[in-house]
Amino acid sequence: MRHIISILMENESGALARVANLFTARGYNIESLTVAPTEDQSLSRMTLVTRGSDEIIEQITKQLNKLIDVVKLVDLTEGGHLEREMMLIKLRAERIQREEIKRLVDIFRGKIIDVTDTSYTVELTGAASKLNAFVEAVNEELIIEVVRTGPSGIGRGPKGLGL
Amino acid sequence: MELSGGEIIVQCLKDEGVEHVFGYPGGAVLHIYDAIFKQKDVKHILVRHEQAAGHAADGYARATGKPGVMLVTSGPGATNAVTGIATAFMDSIPMVVLTGQVPTPVIGSDAFQEVDTVGITRPCVKHNFLVKRLEDLAETIKKAFYIATTGRPGPVVIDIPKDITDPGIKIPYNYPSQVKMRSYNPVVKGHLGQIKKAVKIMMEAERPVFYTGGGVVLDDAAKPLTDLVDTLGFPITQTLMGLGAYPGSGKHFLGMLGMHGTYEANMAMHETDVLIAVGARFDDRITGHVKQFCPDATIIHIDIDPSSISKNVRVDIPIVGPVKQVLRDMLKVVDEGEMNPKKQALKQWWEQIEKWRSMDCLKYDQTSDLIKPQQAIEVLHKVTKGDAFVTSDVGQHQMFAAQFYHFDKPRRWINSGGLGTMGFGLPAAMGVQMAFPRAEVAVVTGESSIQMCIQELATCLQYELPIKIILLNNGCMGMVRQWQEFFYESRYSQSGMGVTPDFVKLTESYGHVGMRVEKTKDLEGAMKEAFSYKDRLVFLDVVVDPTENVYPMIAAGKGHHEMYLSPGSELV
Repeated sequence: MRHIISILMENESGALARVANLFTARGYNIESLTVAPTEDQSLSRMTLVTRGSDEIIEQITKQLNKLIDVVKLVDLTEGGHLEREMMLIKLRAERIQREEIKRLVDIFRGKIIDVTDTSYTVELTGAASKLNAFVEAVNEELIIEVVRTGPSGIGRGPKGLGL
Repeated sequence: MELSGGEIIVQCLKDEGVEHVFGYPGGAVLHIYDAIFKQKDVKHILVRHEQAAGHAADGYARATGKPGVMLVTSGPGATNAVTGIATAFMDSIPMVVLTGQVPTPVIGSDAFQEVDTVGITRPCVKHNFLVKRLEDLAETIKKAFYIATTGRPGPVVIDIPKDITDPGIKIPYNYPSQVKMRSYNPVVKGHLGQIKKAVKIMMEAERPVFYTGGGVVLDDAAKPLTDLVDTLGFPITQTLMGLGAYPGSGKHFLGMLGMHGTYEANMAMHETDVLIAVGARFDDRITGHVKQFCPDATIIHIDIDPSSISKNVRVDIPIVGPVKQVLRDMLKVVDEGEMNPKKQALKQWWEQIEKWRSMDCLKYDQTSDLIKPQQAIEVLHKVTKGDAFVTSDVGQHQMFAAQFYHFDKPRRWINSGGLGTMGFGLPAAMGVQMAFPRAEVAVVTGESSIQMCIQELATCLQYELPIKIILLNNGCMGMVRQWQEFFYESRYSQSGMGVTPDFVKLTESYGHVGMRVEKTKDLEGAMKEAFSYKDRLVFLDVVVDPTENVYPMIAAGKGHHEMYLSPGSELV
């Protein structure tokens, strides 16, 4: 099963490597991983997407908790949560394709953020499934480049993951 | 007080109560060595290879319970130390490892003797640090000792660039008396509700067994464990790492369990209805085939490390907490006496166990003219009155020592259980002997293992360490040969040494006493003579039967009830 684990960790060099190391050393898989500092510069927030049986996920969360740099973590999949991922996608856009792509971008509530005579660069945010749907909706031959951030997640409701 | 980085390190060690540092100098740590030169409180022990510094600090920690400290230079100093660090990590030994690093401005430039020590050691430490500012040095050292010694212990590496220790730059010294870390809060007490639940299940048990490991030794919980076991009258088996916590001569002890455990211990594991695991981690050498492990048991597991629980085997009643405190609380709940063990069922259980015990699974041929390795250990036990510190290397000799020395006290049996590091024994014994100068310290080793750190004979002379090396010399890598005999139709691929040195002459050339014994009838006399040299290191080369194997044996991946008991025997 797919799990999104949100981790609050010390914003120190090597902290990311410790997490990545743990996954390779113990043979767990990482589907995606995003990390950036929070409003408190001494803390980073990481969102990690992984897959595994209940036993494996239990071990993953325990092993992560054991890392000295990890302050707190939560398996977002255990409760209501929101997920957003951003995609930047560069598309070949010439003549009649330009109108068609623009319409598609509007339908998906994306933004065209860079334009040349022959291309559009589109910014799209949403759940991973929405981004997948957009990629599928575009003619494959038109795709020049796809850049995705991997999902970031947050729990629903007034509670937050903090110190 | 204004101190340079080098001086701060030495002062921190003093303030931490460190008396011994095992190490080897080099370019990146010269400033630190200069600071060591200028004082007398912290004694430096110069090893002959950095791996040995690791094992010596490790042996010191295992014997005393205090953190071992080592100091090595950058690059090859650090890479040589990795085996020592990984060995300590696998057995959860508290250690603080100081490594030199190239100066901060050249880090990342492939400078002379530069390696990414923090990167290399990351998977085999509890935590590691790279000190980038002199102002952080003292606090980092405090944190390292705190992390290494609390919770589930382990080695912590502090990588220190040379410019940080520059004697020309001094700052006010202030060693924090304590340290708090928001991201590290080890559990200090087990959950009382869980403890009560566990006791209730234990009182209802008909075929209970304690299975205890290194965690009991590490937490100095031998006393409450022994009290609890004796109060309940339950049988107990211990892992390789746990030996000595409950006395080997204790009446409830079934012997070691696992791959080379006793028949009665493994059968009890297979038949038990309530397993009480304490400070043990369900390692593959213990469980055998996980699916066949304790098939009928409700499993209670006490451990300081939550990630040990249900890692390999699903646990029914987990109790996360320090073993000593949990056992004490358990004892209190038992003493309150609301419930009692099932006497009649226990009586039957013990009768069954006695039947298994009567198989006498550790028996061996005592009439042989060739010395049997088991006999050598029994004679060692007799001559040292079972009270020596015994370190070992890895292989058949290690298993024989574990099976036949019958350790009655914790911290007396010192071996590399998790990583299985050949070369561990002699340097570990140096650490033990430094800590206890007057104690009898024996290294049980093989002629293959001993050669992996043989250079330390020089260190032993320099520091006058009267260690006794008992070499069970069978002319081959015994355990490798045993597996090849059993599972590779006796194709002894590369397990014979072909050439070994004359150990007597070798020892003598290092300035020690070398002895050799070849006949059973001479064994005890030779052992006594070896131990009669109170102030000398003696290397006793015991020529043993090269065909002897370690029994019982559970083949990898088999269940506890499937053991080879003796040469040529079928599975029972």
